[in-house]
Amino acid sequence: MRLLREAAVIAGKDLRIEARSRVTTNQVLPFGGLVIVLFAMALDADRPTLTRVAPGLFWVTILLAASLAAARSAAVEIENGAADGLRMSSLDGASIFLGKAAAVAVQLVGLELVLGVAVVALYDVEVRSSPVMIVGALCATVGLAAAGTLFAALASGLRARETVLPLLLLPVLAPVLLGGTRAWEAGFEGTPSDGWPWVQLLALFGLVYGSLGVLAYGSLLEES
Amino acid sequence: MTTSVSPVRGSRDASARSGLLASRRFVSVLGWSCLVSMALLVWLGLSVAPTDAVQKDAQRLMYVHVPAAWLAYLAFGVTAACSALYLWPRTRSLHYDRLAGASAEIGVLFTALTLALGSIWGRPVWGTWWTWDARLVTTAILFFLYLGYLALRRVPDDPQVRARRSAIAALVAVVDVPIVHFSVSWWRTLHQEGTVFGEDRDAQLDATMAWILLWAVVTFTLVYLFLVLRRYDLAGIEEAADERQLERAIVERRSEAASSVVAAPEPVSVAVGAAPGSAP
Repeated sequence: MRLLREAAVIAGKDLRIEARSRVTTNQVLPFGGLVIVLFAMALDADRPTLTRVAPGLFWVTILLAASLAAARSAAVEIENGAADGLRMSSLDGASIFLGKAAAVAVQLVGLELVLGVAVVALYDVEVRSSPVMIVGALCATVGLAAAGTLFAALASGLRARETVLPLLLLPVLAPVLLGGTRAWEAGFEGTPSDGWPWVQLLALFGLVYGSLGVLAYGSLLEES
Repeated sequence: MTTSVSPVRGSRDASARSGLLASRRFVSVLGWSCLVSMALLVWLGLSVAPTDAVQKDAQRLMYVHVPAAWLAYLAFGVTAACSALYLWPRTRSLHYDRLAGASAEIGVLFTALTLALGSIWGRPVWGTWWTWDARLVTTAILFFLYLGYLALRRVPDDPQVRARRSAIAALVAVVDVPIVHFSVSWWRTLHQEGTVFGEDRDAQLDATMAWILLWAVVTFTLVYLFLVLRRYDLAGIEEAADERQLERAIVERRSEAASSVVAAPEPVSVAVGAAPGSAP
């Protein structure tokens, strides 16, 4: 119970920082929109092709945005020696991890919502079965936020963190890309039974990385 | 620059500090047996092994492709084990960290080799350099995962901090491998089933082929062992060299500071700015 209360405090802090700095809404979100437009340009705005590959393009965009959001979540702890404050706060490493991951997840859900609408509008797809898409996206978000927060913390003290983080994070997220894409394909095609096994995979991924983060985050925080 | 430090003395210092895993003699004997064993493998694979009825000579690539893949997994397994040993408080030692790094480097090398050889084999047999099949995609992801791990290791930092970071990254990566494999095999499966270790079939490999393959696996494992031991020693020497450089830089700074105090009141900012390496 205390764990969750502490996590809520950390998540509230991160979301408050976001509400004041608006990095996700003013930078990450436009970036995501831009990627979606660029994909259309690369594929010559050929409607049938775009419609067919829409789920994959959407999830690639989300993966890129998630890596930015995770990097930002770790960056706010570097400025002004905030990490020292966290270390001295006597909060548990696990609750800090859960709080930070929750804040990232909330931002990702917002991104997915807006970019999802953009994909439906721009790529000419039709949502035929929304439950599998919504549950799939939520499970994927948990995995993205957990893995993103963990790896951003791994890379956070490094001088080359901007370049190391995507290289570390994106291969790990390959199963999320696959699962999310298949689940959304099923949703667009109206065959939800094809999508549910993938949602289970996404849930498993979220569970595994959530547990890894809870176990490892504390010792990452202690360093330096 | 002083010339009194000979490379031989440097390396001996390093080995004294790091504690070599194996004696120099053992490593050089190992190196020679790798060479002999490899020469024998070339002869066995190219002339003794029977030609495959369907794939003809292309099938001979099996004698290098399969052991390379085996080594890639062995190397990453060793990296994971060493990382776990490092994180475990009772066995925490930088030796494990160094071993994990050495093994991962060789693993990446053999993963690249596996992909390249597989491609060369796939071209005549499947008619394509690459196919989006489960095992191929898993191997490619594995390659990128460990490239990231090596990139993380290359960023300079305090050795203990870097070791802990790398160990956590290695363990997280190793957890990812089965999930990637599982998800990708769901996605698509074209690759032939494992022949030797297949579940419900007896080995369909010709006996001679099987023995040569076994020889190939043993040879490659020896090569791996040799490379890891050499790389481990080299890492020790590198660390010692870094330390030496740091010490030298500190001494230079001290003498500069002392001379600036004694000599003149004028600022010496140029000299300080030009000093190599900065002590934290």
